Amino acid sequence: MGKIMSVVGADLEIEERGQGRPLLFLHAGEGLMPERPWFDLLARRYRVLAPWHPGWGNSPLLDPVATVDDLAYFYLDLAAALGLEEAVLVGACFGGWVAAEMMVRSTARFSCLVLVAPLGIKLRGREERDIADMHALPRAEYLKLAWADPAKGEIDFTKLSDGELAAIVRGREAFALYGWKPYMHNPRLKRWLHRIDRPTLLLWGAEDRIVTPAYGEGWRQAIPGARLEIITAAGHFPHWEQPEAFVERLAAFADMHGRR
Amino acid sequence: MRCWYFSEMAYHPAWEEGLKRGSLRVILPNRHLDPQIAHGLLNRYLDEFALCDEVGLDIMVNEHHSTATCMTVSVPMALAIIARETKRARLLSLGTPIANRPDPVRVAEEMAWLDVLSGGRLEMGLVKGAAYEIAPANSNPANLMRRYWEAHDLILKALSTHDGPFNWEGEFFHYRNVNIWPRPIQQPTPPVWMTGLSPDSGRMAAERGHVIGTLLSGAVAGPMFDAYRKRAQELGWTPGPDRFAYAVVAGVGTTREEGYRRADQIADYVRTAPVVAEPFTNPPGYASVAANVAMLKAGGGRGFVRDRHGNPIDHRTATVEQFIDSGTCVAGTPDDVFAQIKDLNERLGGFGHLLVFGQGGFLDHQDTVANITLFGREVLPRLHELNPQAKAAAAE
Repeated sequence: MGKIMSVVGADLEIEERGQGRPLLFLHAGEGLMPERPWFDLLARRYRVLAPWHPGWGNSPLLDPVATVDDLAYFYLDLAAALGLEEAVLVGACFGGWVAAEMMVRSTARFSCLVLVAPLGIKLRGREERDIADMHALPRAEYLKLAWADPAKGEIDFTKLSDGELAAIVRGREAFALYGWKPYMHNPRLKRWLHRIDRPTLLLWGAEDRIVTPAYGEGWRQAIPGARLEIITAAGHFPHWEQPEAFVERLAAFADMHGRR
Repeated sequence: MRCWYFSEMAYHPAWEEGLKRGSLRVILPNRHLDPQIAHGLLNRYLDEFALCDEVGLDIMVNEHHSTATCMTVSVPMALAIIARETKRARLLSLGTPIANRPDPVRVAEEMAWLDVLSGGRLEMGLVKGAAYEIAPANSNPANLMRRYWEAHDLILKALSTHDGPFNWEGEFFHYRNVNIWPRPIQQPTPPVWMTGLSPDSGRMAAERGHVIGTLLSGAVAGPMFDAYRKRAQELGWTPGPDRFAYAVVAGVGTTREEGYRRADQIADYVRTAPVVAEPFTNPPGYASVAANVAMLKAGGGRGFVRDRHGNPIDHRTATVEQFIDSGTCVAGTPDDVFAQIKDLNERLGGFGHLLVFGQGGFLDHQDTVANITLFGREVLPRLHELNPQAKAAAAE
């Protein structure tokens, strides 16, 4: 379990590992999964600060009707509270949406942005789905869309403790709270992505069918100067499925766009 | 004891297709409904509701969406017709899924209008709605009950405020001039009903003095009714049986065989209603964290029909005998049915309202008319004696 810190009056569970340049990691809708190899691999190169979003893990909701806007301001406050300077901001899936919402508000504490298969924007027409309806799929079907190798995403829930299960259940509830309608996006966000005046890397799993690489191309076009890189043999969670490639790509980019 | 007849006004001709696809709801394309057949069915069902007025039964209407199990999409629409076709029966809306409705003031307007139209015969259920109603409404399940309570408070205030307009700037709903016309006959509001399955629901209803209803499984109703009674006692009042409603599938015949056959056909509702594509059965936040933890540990969902000892039974294959034992069905001759209701009433500590699922599935018009008539003429008069204090309407 991470340590609990207080940020502008709200408790937040945060995992911190490694030393060096600070890297704020905002996790996916599925959760943080700090026990998977990606975290330690990343912590070999950076001081990784990874909060459990309010509603996930042991972080309580900010309040029962909080929105992604609130998360964006909350994490900007967190960055200030931590005194981050020239930090790397990384967000995966839902965390990528939150990271983008932060950066359209203020990029001051970050020198670059890495978005890993972010949700959050609407690209195509009203009858086309940019983001797969994860809540209309049986778990097995969802895993097929989210993982290049679905077996890697399976979790035997019957082996987890009540506490672990309760954290998963709360996280699922929070994910719905923030992203149910409009589904996993903010219709107003795309319009303001031009405000992101920091080098931005979009990392995408080649096999991602929750949000496809074509959706990533839409993000690339909306953020000035952004790069899109594809990681092979990975689905929606390249940091879990191909942790070495993920860290390598991320570090190559972040180190190139180090302290300004 | 008051008895409220209801039918879900099913489109049973599509059930076989729904069962084949593993979902009668949400994802069953509506090409499997023939609108001309639906035309005949809806008119037939409304005739059957109207018959209840003649035989002394009260009337309940519910609604579901995107499903072959229930064609009623709007309780007020159905009750508006039934109000004109009946003179005596009280009319129970059970109910409007208010956390799935974007406009609670509109709900208050419709309820007031129905109360005025019917001469004050309306009973007003404000319900959470089933889990699989989330998808058709696309309402957020994560804060469903919080939205429910805000809508509930706003509806009751809109119905009972006569020196408006008033202002409402809540977490979910925003109005600057609430002042509904017409206002209801029954004051301060038509009697309010809720539905539930858990002791928590019982406690929440007790705190407001509302009627609490549940259906089809005595093992579930018992703890919820007990929680209601306990909470009411804590708050200094004793709820009469008229605060409790219990629903059964009812098949009455001139012979036991005939009653069982009718119950068996109506019970097809219980065998089909829970057949829903898995992702829509438990949207996140709909059930409590504890209930979800239990489901994950068990590696799946929980059956909602339980026998009298609390053990789940397979609702898809259960027989009428099993359903009688579980408190889901009453069936047989009028004597049989009376004895079974009496037994249920004793097991559950006394309920003043019996919701009578008297038509369902393939039970045809002739059988339905016979079922309604036998229940109304042969069973109902004897039930009035079970809870004399519940004779009065919930309103009184």
